[in-house]
Amino acid sequence: MNTVHELAEGIRSGDGRTLARALTMVENGDPRAAVLLHELYDPSATALTLGVTGPPGAGKSSMVNRLIAYWRGKGKKVGVLAVDPSSPFSGGALLGDRIRMQEHATDAGVFIRSMGSRGHLGGLSGSTRDSLELMIAAGYDPVMVETVGVGQAEVEVASLADLTILVLVPGAGDEVQTMKAGIMEVADVIVLNKADAGGMDRLQTAVESSLELVPDGIGRPPVVRFSAKTGQGLELLVEKILEEASSKTGDSRGARKRAMLVLESVLREKGRKMAASKVEEMFGGMEKAIDSVLRGETTPYGIGELLDKSFGEED
Amino acid sequence: MERKIRVLIGKPGLDGHDRGAKFIARALRDAGMEVIYTGIRQTPEAIANTAIQEDVDFVGLSLLSGAHNHLFPQVARLIREKGGDDIILFGGGVIPGEDIPGLEEAGFRAIFTPGTPASDVVEFIHEEMKNRR
Ligand SMILES: Nc1nc2c(ncn2[C@@H]2O[C@H](COP(=O)(O)OP(=O)(O)O)[C@@H](O)[C@H]2O)c(=O)[nH]1
Ligand SMILES: [Mg+2]
Repeated sequence: MNTVHELAEGIRSGDGRTLARALTMVENGDPRAAVLLHELYDPSATALTLGVTGPPGAGKSSMVNRLIAYWRGKGKKVGVLAVDPSSPFSGGALLGDRIRMQEHATDAGVFIRSMGSRGHLGGLSGSTRDSLELMIAAGYDPVMVETVGVGQAEVEVASLADLTILVLVPGAGDEVQTMKAGIMEVADVIVLNKADAGGMDRLQTAVESSLELVPDGIGRPPVVRFSAKTGQGLELLVEKILEEASSKTGDSRGARKRAMLVLESVLREKGRKMAASKVEEMFGGMEKAIDSVLRGETTPYGIGELLDKSFGEED
Repeated sequence: MERKIRVLIGKPGLDGHDRGAKFIARALRDAGMEVIYTGIRQTPEAIANTAIQEDVDFVGLSLLSGAHNHLFPQVARLIREKGGDDIILFGGGVIPGEDIPGLEEAGFRAIFTPGTPASDVVEFIHEEMKNRR
């Protein structure tokens, strides 16, 4: 088995096999992963990270594929994390985002990794950010993270990367799709995809009218018409991404924002773990705690109070 | 520490029939595995690179065109060359019995011919994982 230091060296030197192994460690919650991430973290790294979200079938993977090609053309090493939902029943997952990106499978300057969301614990918020950090350490810039946006997931993805790109498509329910609470606030760039297929005016009107509801102070995101099929709008899309990136994370603010995102992700995981182990200590596990609620001895909120007290007593 | 079994289902060669590949992919998903499917007409090089980046435990190849004697060993060699010696290989498709020993020689631990129930593949994977530990 390799030492953590050897792993770190391998990742920094651009060895794909080592990076792939480290990504697995992170996903599986291997205790050595935190040591590795600590060793690799370079506060001055400036890689751009992009979260890509939107409904299934909107063309997220196809758009990412176009962006890979664009940045490869500029000589950049591009990283992609493609997260698909895990089945809540079997825990398994069919990871198919790569199908749209396989033209880059033999390009040594492109690293694509598919991930199952694995429920919330190992899902979006925790190990996804850690995986992103590994890609940054390996020299990928930009790194894109694709996640299916259903419900809360868009809001989660916004706390993952420097910028969030929301991909929408024309179709029934344009208004509903764009009115969903939170979506408009979290998007830094809105892509109206499938511009080759029509229905764009209607969608754009719907999007712009929901954007009017966004408080002025936080700045309205640019809206770009795009076709992943024809490539139409690609230059403009990249231009908007770079503009937003330099206004939102330019210079030292980028490093600050990244450190904040990573710390938040660490806190989420640690907080959950510490609270869960307290519940284990006090009740003998989640199931036992639930039994206690069902017997009317306490409530989930009561357990929350107990946690407050027990953490308060410790310091 | 939760360890998920990761499997790449690859379709090398020129045939465009992926019903079998998708069927197996879904069955493995339903058995709790993470299955990466990359679509039809993949070059051996693309399959091998994908296997490495995805850090899979298994690569299953599916082929109906009859080019297995040529393509399967090529994928096996490329995966080994790229450092994936511990990745376990299996194959499926229309493969005559007399070709199987040669493929086993090339590193394929199992070959599933048409009509094999998906549960056999699941069982094979679980068995191999046990031996590995
Ligand atoms: N006509 C058209 N189809 C597209 C476009 N982008 C993606 N598609 C198709 O939409 C489907 C879903 O695309 P995919 O990228 O997998 O979407 P995702 O689920 O959001 O990742 C596929 O059949 C794509 O070929 C586009 O710009 N125009
Ligand atoms: Mg996708």
